[in-house]
Amino acid sequence: MIQLENVSKAYVEGIPALDDVSLSIEDGEFVFIVGDSGSGKSTLIKLLMKELEPSEGTITVNDRDISTITHKNIPYFRREIGVVFQDFRLLKDRNVYENVAFAMRVVGESNRNIRKRVPVMLSLVGLAAKYKSFPKQLSGGEQQRVAIARALVNNPGILLADEPTGNLDNNNAWEIMKLLEEINARGTTVVVVTHNMEIVRAMNKRVITIQKGNLVGDAGGEVLS
Amino acid sequence: MKFSTFIYSIKQGVINIGRNKMFSLASIATMAACIFLFGIFYSVVSNFNSMVTNVEKGVAVTVFFKEGISDEEIDAIGAAIRMRPEVKDCIFKSADEAWEEYKKIYFEGSEELAEGFADDNPLKDDASYEIYLNDVSMQKVLVTYLENLEGIRTVNQSEVVANTLTDFNKLISYISIAIILILLCVAIFLINNTVTVGISVRKDEIGIMKFIGATDFFVRAPFVVEGILIGFVGASIPLIILYFMYSRIIVYIAEKFNFLSGLLTFIPVETVFTTLVPVALLLGVGIGFIGSFATTRKHLKV
Repeated sequence: MIQLENVSKAYVEGIPALDDVSLSIEDGEFVFIVGDSGSGKSTLIKLLMKELEPSEGTITVNDRDISTITHKNIPYFRREIGVVFQDFRLLKDRNVYENVAFAMRVVGESNRNIRKRVPVMLSLVGLAAKYKSFPKQLSGGEQQRVAIARALVNNPGILLADEPTGNLDNNNAWEIMKLLEEINARGTTVVVVTHNMEIVRAMNKRVITIQKGNLVGDAGGEVLS
Repeated sequence: MKFSTFIYSIKQGVINIGRNKMFSLASIATMAACIFLFGIFYSVVSNFNSMVTNVEKGVAVTVFFKEGISDEEIDAIGAAIRMRPEVKDCIFKSADEAWEEYKKIYFEGSEELAEGFADDNPLKDDASYEIYLNDVSMQKVLVTYLENLEGIRTVNQSEVVANTLTDFNKLISYISIAIILILLCVAIFLINNTVTVGISVRKDEIGIMKFIGATDFFVRAPFVVEGILIGFVGASIPLIILYFMYSRIIVYIAEKFNFLSGLLTFIPVETVFTTLVPVALLLGVGIGFIGSFATTRKHLKV
């Protein structure tokens, strides 16, 4: 569960990027966070990843106030959350298999577990046949699938996706959304930050709207359509 | 640390060196040059120290007794001298032995002149103790003690030799420390540069590692391995070169300056390398470790 209570974040004093935001996301939910550029969506993701500290308020993830997590324990906290970015952030000099395996190596998994788990994840995202390909040999949609496989390979309870379809054409964007929906159906909480309102309307999920750092709407997808 | 993480860090450290070939080679070369200079310096200093120690062995303080002193009193003085911590050896020379020695040196070839003294030993009051020291620098302390001792008439010492040797030893130590410190700084600076370049090349990868949940240790380890490997290779190369150079050079010097053969006694290569190998390797690996650890701490902010 993710909970924000009266959270504010100001990069410059007096100009808040997020202003007194309170919201709650239950385990297993699929939530869109929408808003214009500079509305505070990415700040929210950074706060949830503990890349930034809130200026005010409390953030609770999986029943833990994340302000109490020490610097040393941040990596262990991040392993509970998978993240996907608009620009994929894959390692260009490693193939698909190695990119996904990398996430498991980082957390100290054994080679045996890596050999077992990576093919399963690649099958889930539909890239089992392309495990030897390098990122530049893949389409944008395929690269994003690799990024999703990497985000999920360590079994996090939460998946944060920051504009996952921002660099994709319509068809690929839809495929990624279907994949995220499938992942959500398996029990993972999925939070997607996007400004693609067409997809948001069609997906018919909960939508949190942020404008100029303020939470201005929190409703089911049907409200927007 | 898990075994797989350990292997991964070593593998990545080696890959870092490969990716960063030019900087790694420059670091290894400079480290090798530093350790090479250190090795030469160490060899010269240890040989010089060994020669100085040989000279020191011959430096002695001689004490003569007051007239009419009894044998018991001389024995008591001898016992007191031997109790001193700075004394290595104390040899008694009787008046007769002193006269025999004197005759050998000054009446050689004209022994009949010495016969004129017959049984009348002109050095009858010149029985003495010859005192050898553990360390020449302690001579002054001992002489002060001896001069205040009851029954002593004169204390003979070679103050100039003792002071020169002590001063020279000090000078050599100071120069050694200064050169080693300069070499350390240069080597750390170079490792620092190499690792900084390595970090900038892998900036994206480090960013990805961090949001995936890599620990500080996991992010740092490959860079530290890189530094240690550069240090190890950079120390091993000059050690091998020095090993083969050393034997040839001491043979060359011994032949070229054979008129100084009494003074030039070189330490065998095995003796020098027993200390030089661990010290140089430790220095190389230590500099590699400290340089890379400090750089990752500064640049990664993990």
